[in-house]
Amino acid sequence: MAVVSTQSSVMNNVEAVRATLYEAMKNDDRTLILGEDVGARGNVFLITKDFINEFGPQRVIDTPIAEASIVGIAVGMAMEGLRPIAEIQFADFIYPSYNQIVGEAAKIRYRSNGEYTCPLVIRTPYGGGVRGALSHSVSVEALFYHVPGLKIVAPAFPADVKGLLNASIDDPDPVLFLEHKKTYRLIKGEVPNGHYTIPLGKANLLKEGSQLTVVSYGLYVHWALEAAISLEQEGLSVEVIDLRSIRPMDKAAILESVRKTRKLLIVHEDNKFGGIGAEISAMVAEEALFDLDAPIRRLAAPDVPAMGYAMPLEEEYMSSPGEMADAMREMVKF
Amino acid sequence: MASTDIATGTLERYGLRDEQLRAIFRNMLLQRQLDNRGFQLNRQGKVPFALGSEGHEALQAGAAMAFNRGSDVLAPYYRDLGLCLGIGLSPYEIMLSIFARAADHNGGRQFPNHYSSRAAGLMSFSSILAAHLPHAVGAAYAIKYRGEAGRAVLATCGDGTTSEGEWHESMNFVAVHKLPFVMLVENNEWAISTPLEKQMAEPQIWKRAAGYGMPGRRFNGFDPLETYAAVKDAMDRARSGGGPTLIEGTCYRYLAHSTDDNDMTYRTREAVLERRKQDPVPAFEAVLVEHGVLTPGDVSAMRKDVLRETNEATDAAEALPYPQPADLYTHIYEGAWEPWQS
Amino acid sequence: MATKQRAASKTRVPFERYGLTDGQLVAIFRTMLLQRMLENRGFQLNRQGKIPFASASEGHEAVQAGAAMAFERGKDILVPYYRDLGLALGIGVTPYEVLLSLFARAADHSAGRQFPHHYASRRLGLHTISSVIAAQLPHAVGAAYALKQSGDGGRAVLTTFGDGATSEGEWHESLNFAAVHRLPVVFLCENNEWAISTPLDKQMGQPDIYKRAEGYGIPGIVVDGMDALTCYSAVRDALARARSGGGPSLVEAKCYRFLAHTTDDDDRAYRSREEVANRRKDDPVPRFEQLLLEYSILEGQDVEALKRGVLEEINEATDRAEAMPYPSPSHLYDGVCADRGEPWLG
Ligand SMILES: Cc1ncc(C[n+]2csc(CCOP(=O)(O)OP(=O)(O)O)c2C)c(N)n1
Ligand SMILES: Cc1ncc(C[n+]2csc(CCOP(=O)(O)OP(=O)(O)O)c2C)c(N)n1
Ligand SMILES: [Mg+2]
Ligand SMILES: [Mg+2]
Repeated sequence: MAVVSTQSSVMNNVEAVRATLYEAMKNDDRTLILGEDVGARGNVFLITKDFINEFGPQRVIDTPIAEASIVGIAVGMAMEGLRPIAEIQFADFIYPSYNQIVGEAAKIRYRSNGEYTCPLVIRTPYGGGVRGALSHSVSVEALFYHVPGLKIVAPAFPADVKGLLNASIDDPDPVLFLEHKKTYRLIKGEVPNGHYTIPLGKANLLKEGSQLTVVSYGLYVHWALEAAISLEQEGLSVEVIDLRSIRPMDKAAILESVRKTRKLLIVHEDNKFGGIGAEISAMVAEEALFDLDAPIRRLAAPDVPAMGYAMPLEEEYMSSPGEMADAMREMVKF
Repeated sequence: MASTDIATGTLERYGLRDEQLRAIFRNMLLQRQLDNRGFQLNRQGKVPFALGSEGHEALQAGAAMAFNRGSDVLAPYYRDLGLCLGIGLSPYEIMLSIFARAADHNGGRQFPNHYSSRAAGLMSFSSILAAHLPHAVGAAYAIKYRGEAGRAVLATCGDGTTSEGEWHESMNFVAVHKLPFVMLVENNEWAISTPLEKQMAEPQIWKRAAGYGMPGRRFNGFDPLETYAAVKDAMDRARSGGGPTLIEGTCYRYLAHSTDDNDMTYRTREAVLERRKQDPVPAFEAVLVEHGVLTPGDVSAMRKDVLRETNEATDAAEALPYPQPADLYTHIYEGAWEPWQS
Repeated sequence: MATKQRAASKTRVPFERYGLTDGQLVAIFRTMLLQRMLENRGFQLNRQGKIPFASASEGHEAVQAGAAMAFERGKDILVPYYRDLGLALGIGVTPYEVLLSLFARAADHSAGRQFPHHYASRRLGLHTISSVIAAQLPHAVGAAYALKQSGDGGRAVLTTFGDGATSEGEWHESLNFAAVHRLPVVFLCENNEWAISTPLDKQMGQPDIYKRAEGYGIPGIVVDGMDALTCYSAVRDALARARSGGGPSLVEAKCYRFLAHTTDDDDRAYRSREEVANRRKDDPVPRFEQLLLEYSILEGQDVEALKRGVLEEINEATDRAEAMPYPSPSHLYDGVCADRGEPWLG
């Protein structure tokens, strides 16, 4: 990671995750990492490379291939005072641990009336555009955002990765930390040095505009931003909000923007039906319907089980900056 | 050949004819050739991903010989190229899968080596480890339920996959119902970078069988004939109502986990080279030559033929089209599908 | 009462090897009595329409009271399941707390959120209990990992589950992980031969759960779960092994579920009265009582006094707990997360 100034460094998202985990491991010996191939291999994306040499196999645990127990064991560790960071190698493998995340981690505090808590981070790479086929490219946020007791973060920029991962690690409750794998090496940015946190549930206004609000997160926030910038040449003014957190979600930021631009487009890679966009639409309809000058629109993945491996099947599933620009243009002109 | 463990006693005791022995060997050659081709194509930038089963050839070719085509069911995992070849898939079908062409078994939807063929009795499986095992159990239940004597399910998985809850749940259920089921574990000592000792405290997986109340057995998976005998024995028991068996074949993964993996980050070249000395392909070649089943001339002819077949399959598959974007929307349910009904 | 002089020391021989004082023997017995009577109380209250649900552990008294005696309060951690009333009592949960849980009062451990018998007490080292079968086992393993990681020798985790729970994937994953890392945890199976209506032979291919231990590379021990003392000693040894770095063990206690699964279940649908009556002959409570009488640890009148005392305690606890308030409706919203856990911010 090249240092450009003493205040910040340029990193990609993988480096930001890695650097943040490294600091957490260094600063707090209650922190440990468990998951498949996180040790000698250093995680399949090399995020934890060499950690095992520095922190030892007791704190960098190569687990057996057993996702239910990766999360479940982390829950037990968290209940007994450790600060585990569990890794699910790909979000596609998180389903066996659904019970432990939804049924257990998210309910430990509530069911014990606060006697026990579960400060746990579950990190997992998600998302497509990498030829990952059916089982290495899914988005899982909608499967989890229905669950009280759980928090969900999906940062898009390296600086947010660091701030939000630090906040997730500090958080007293379970956090599902989603890392878009296509952005891992693609997205670089300035990351402030030193420890800092970004509060969960705070969106980021990436670009101001007056004619349309676009809300997105993850990989698509980059494409939405690209599209919005390109539309400036046409004289269109589009505001782009990066949610960063999915649960809790920043109502104030969305409403403030929508009340200004009077139009809302939600863009996400996950399926449309029952997706994150559905909740945002419902909230805006409840709170700001009469501030709107156009129907809310969602640009999301088609309702098919997954993107396919063959190039045309992936391309058809994924959106693109061009498609996003088209949708934005239509909405501004509505 | 000194470095092999292959039993050099009489080949007759396995009850295999010479042409079956040759078929096993040809399968092993084909498997290796196709693996190489996948890695080559990946290096050439023609395919984004490939996976090798080098080290598993003997185990898979031997097991496939014990499979009754047209009656048994195979529930394999992604490293079972040789098993799938052995039960009847063609190199052309393999190349379609590697190139993700529309004519591929699953229409280019899945990763390479994820076949499915009702004709071959090969159940569709995903990349999700152990997820196929309950399906295999269900298939075995269907066979028993319908009283289809003489049929059985052969399910396979790696050593790492035995840690999954679904592995356990599957083993338990087949034992309760005494299903016609064989669990074949291909123990190659690695699960990506995770060595056996981090995967389990007792490295002999077959020992779990007693806890489920079924027979268990371990065999040398570098020896295709010992493999054949072990799998046949278990399959015969299953086919004849004797219930399930857990069998464990020991082998080794010579290559990295896949083209996305660099195994030198977690094991040494020396360690791998040491195990290469047991390479089952030259070892079995030597046995067959020694016993006069093949002459050295036959072997080179066979190698040439395997290369030719691989080349032809590569060219034929590469020339075919990708699936169409519209194919993304098919086969979700029976009939057309929209989440909103109007 | 148990402190009176006994002349013949040779009558004490069967107890000596357990290393238990008379006081401990009587404490075990008292836990068993408490457990049984509290359970009756739960069923009674249910029949009276005062509470919607109760579950029972009749037949598990010996294994639970014995295991509890092996548990070191203030050090060990207990990760139990819903049928562990006796274990909870044995490590320090009071009858009053049990009744708060039955009545779902605000002062209950879970403030009336959970089903009865789902306790949680950090002070006692008692993990919050899930109704979801086997979900607690990875937690027990994680807790054992935390103990090992802290270098805090001399502590261990005791986790329990039924025979049916052994079929769950999480059971397997938990044993496997604990074995790989040689964690200080004891897996205690209370094999009562039934999982609601599912008998053992539909649950597993062979009936001896302890035999699975070998496949994981850990010791497997089987004991008569109707005998409090062998249960005590097996769990004590396993916990001692765990505390001293010897790794995990699987202990199987063979017992029986005398009552229906819960007040919502009618076990006549799936098992005969004869079977149950037959197994009642092995009832661990009179069996242990007999033993204590036979060896003069207790006299007849001691037993009567004990039973009276237990009943009084339960009556008092019932009245006190019943008089306590329910949680207020607003409590539904409390403690979702450290903050309010609102999904929308701003
Ligand atoms: C449920 C699930 N978890 C994790 C993975 C990632 N993964 C793919 S292969 C593999 C290792 C499998 O090892 P093993 O079962 O020994 O089979 P081998 O590859 O050695 O043949 C892992 C962890 C997956 N595909 N599915
Ligand atoms: C994951 C899950 N599946 C099913 C149930 C429903 N259920 C509650 S108790 C029970 C039987 C459990 O039997 P066993 O483990 O033998 O314990 P026992 O009740 O006999 O003590 C079942 C099936 C549940 N609570 N959780
Ligand atoms: Mg393996
Ligand atoms: Mg039971």
